[in-house]
Amino acid sequence: MRLLKALGAWLDFRLRLGEGIREAATHPIPKSSASWWYVFGSAALTVFGIQVVTGILLAIVYVPSAAQAWSSLQVLNHDLTLGWFLRAMHGWASNFMVALVLIHMIQVFLFGAYKFPRELTWIVGVFLLLMTLGMAFTGQVLRFDQDAYWGLGIGASITGRVPVIGGALVHLLLGGPIIGGDTLSRFFALHVFIIPGLLIGFVGLHLLMVLKLGINEWPMPGRIVRRETYLKEYEQLTHEGVPFVPDAIWKDLVFGAAIVAAIGVCAAVFGPFGPKGQPDPTIIQASPRPDFFFLWLFSLLSLLPPQMETPVLLLMPPVAILILLLVPVLSGEGEKHWKKRPVAVLTVLVVAVALGSFTHLASTTPWSPEMDAWSGAPVPISELKGRSALERRGALVFQAKQCRNCHRLGREGGMRGPALDEVALRLTSDQLIRQVLQGGGNMPAYGKNLSPAETTALVAYLETLKPAGRAPAHDASQP
Amino acid sequence: MSETLKPTRRTMLTRLGILLNAGIGAVLAVPVVSYLLAPLRGKNGAPYNQWVKLGPLEQFPEGETRLATFRNPVVRPWDGQTADIPCWVRRIDAEKFQVFAINCAHLGCPVRWFAASGLFMCPCHGGVYYADGSRASGPPERGLFEYEHKVEDGELVILAGQLPTLAAQDRTGRRKTCDC
Ligand code: FES
Repeated sequence: MRLLKALGAWLDFRLRLGEGIREAATHPIPKSSASWWYVFGSAALTVFGIQVVTGILLAIVYVPSAAQAWSSLQVLNHDLTLGWFLRAMHGWASNFMVALVLIHMIQVFLFGAYKFPRELTWIVGVFLLLMTLGMAFTGQVLRFDQDAYWGLGIGASITGRVPVIGGALVHLLLGGPIIGGDTLSRFFALHVFIIPGLLIGFVGLHLLMVLKLGINEWPMPGRIVRRETYLKEYEQLTHEGVPFVPDAIWKDLVFGAAIVAAIGVCAAVFGPFGPKGQPDPTIIQASPRPDFFFLWLFSLLSLLPPQMETPVLLLMPPVAILILLLVPVLSGEGEKHWKKRPVAVLTVLVVAVALGSFTHLASTTPWSPEMDAWSGAPVPISELKGRSALERRGALVFQAKQCRNCHRLGREGGMRGPALDEVALRLTSDQLIRQVLQGGGNMPAYGKNLSPAETTALVAYLETLKPAGRAPAHDASQP
Repeated sequence: MSETLKPTRRTMLTRLGILLNAGIGAVLAVPVVSYLLAPLRGKNGAPYNQWVKLGPLEQFPEGETRLATFRNPVVRPWDGQTADIPCWVRRIDAEKFQVFAINCAHLGCPVRWFAASGLFMCPCHGGVYYADGSRASGPPERGLFEYEHKVEDGELVILAGQLPTLAAQDRTGRRKTCDC
């Protein structure tokens, strides 16, 4: 013990760091800031630490080559002792990190912590959020599987919509004419050097400002932030305050440990993410899906009207980022407490509900045809009983012409178009014929691909699709 | 204190030093930037788009649409499977062909051909195209991308080499041949 102390003293005499560290650790903070609500930022930092460690450990095995990345992940998953666990930790920690950064941001927003003099801390925080999302996306690319391949294709297609320089940007994004070795190499550099380097620098800045400007006090309704008086008031609060270590930090430590434990449990129980199928574009039986935090975007891309898509895709991100950056500039003073800021609370709620429901929608993907329904989901027997020969032939046409890929019958099939269990209640036979032959309302026209006999049979069958005892649709122009 | 801020010989020399570094930095930025922009210029002087063989005509029966694959003309040794590019070949009659990109004109997902209904369907956001590649429904704004093609020595040859996106294709035409 004595030896250790002596060593410490020897080191500190030369490093001269002890004094500064002690001061930073024990700096007084407002009593109310030693709160369980103020632990998310430090937890995100802890998870970032996990990412650095597990990331380096994975990098000593992973091969960033388009030809071999996928097999090196297989080796990690199956051949290396606990390689799967490290991959799982890295993947789950990534999800936790995005979640924690978002929660931290919402908390800071609702507590008005971005107001004077902490505007720049918020702005740096916005960049930290973008970098965290950047890490999540580039990380998905490094898991070089089918999803990564087609995900890159989507990224390139969005980039290609930029007017004039779109083509050049696509080549810069991919590092060449196609998604291939050059693409993976540059995403590796982004994920492993460029973004983490920036992230470390920005985290340092963020923390420095938290230290210099002090942790935000617990907001009180009616306690207004004014540029002229705030610093004095805050000093008063810290004067009556408590030292950061140990009064506040124990909560950070406990919460951080709980998060690390949760990541470990998720990793052990659920295992690593993918890789899914090989990144071979000739295997076209793919249904690419993005990772969880980009699912909302997937929904948005499916639901936007075609003409609106390019403007929304290209304008939405910069506008959203600009709004976030401007938040502290526009409301740097005033009320901090959420009870007095209904617009702020409402904004958070609306954004959360919107993103939440988009994400939820993406888990059912009602807009995607079910590619195998025509062969895999036969017409239910109950829908064939008591039908005439012609009608049954229609059911066959219905199945063979892939109608099932978009239309449900008896709870099976795609949801791109309406379910047809009761279609005879909605459309008369004339309307059915027209709809089938000419399409419309998002349905392709089948005129060229159905013989008159097939059309007759198909429509005869569709006319039987209604609950027993209810009258079929009636053409109002006919007596 | 204010005395030391007066321009002396040493402050002048310091400024000169800074200028020197800035100048050298600017000169060195030229190779760095052109290195970063290299992907814009094709590889080893070869253009990205070249004529590639898809195979003998017998592989493509008349009146049918078949999947064909080709090795991208410009590759890296470590591209692996990613340089094997699929496309859809539609043989209309003895002479007439259409060669469609696999990538949906919406956001590039792989479209699949359904012969019975004569439709291409996209698994991502539900884009659908007719047999001739024109848009049928869903989010795509236009029809499928097409490769320029010709028949040479009994083989089908297409002009290919780039990931088809709206930027690499003619944005105006509904279905324009690839002029990338
Ligand atoms: S990529 Fe095909 S519909 Fe979106």
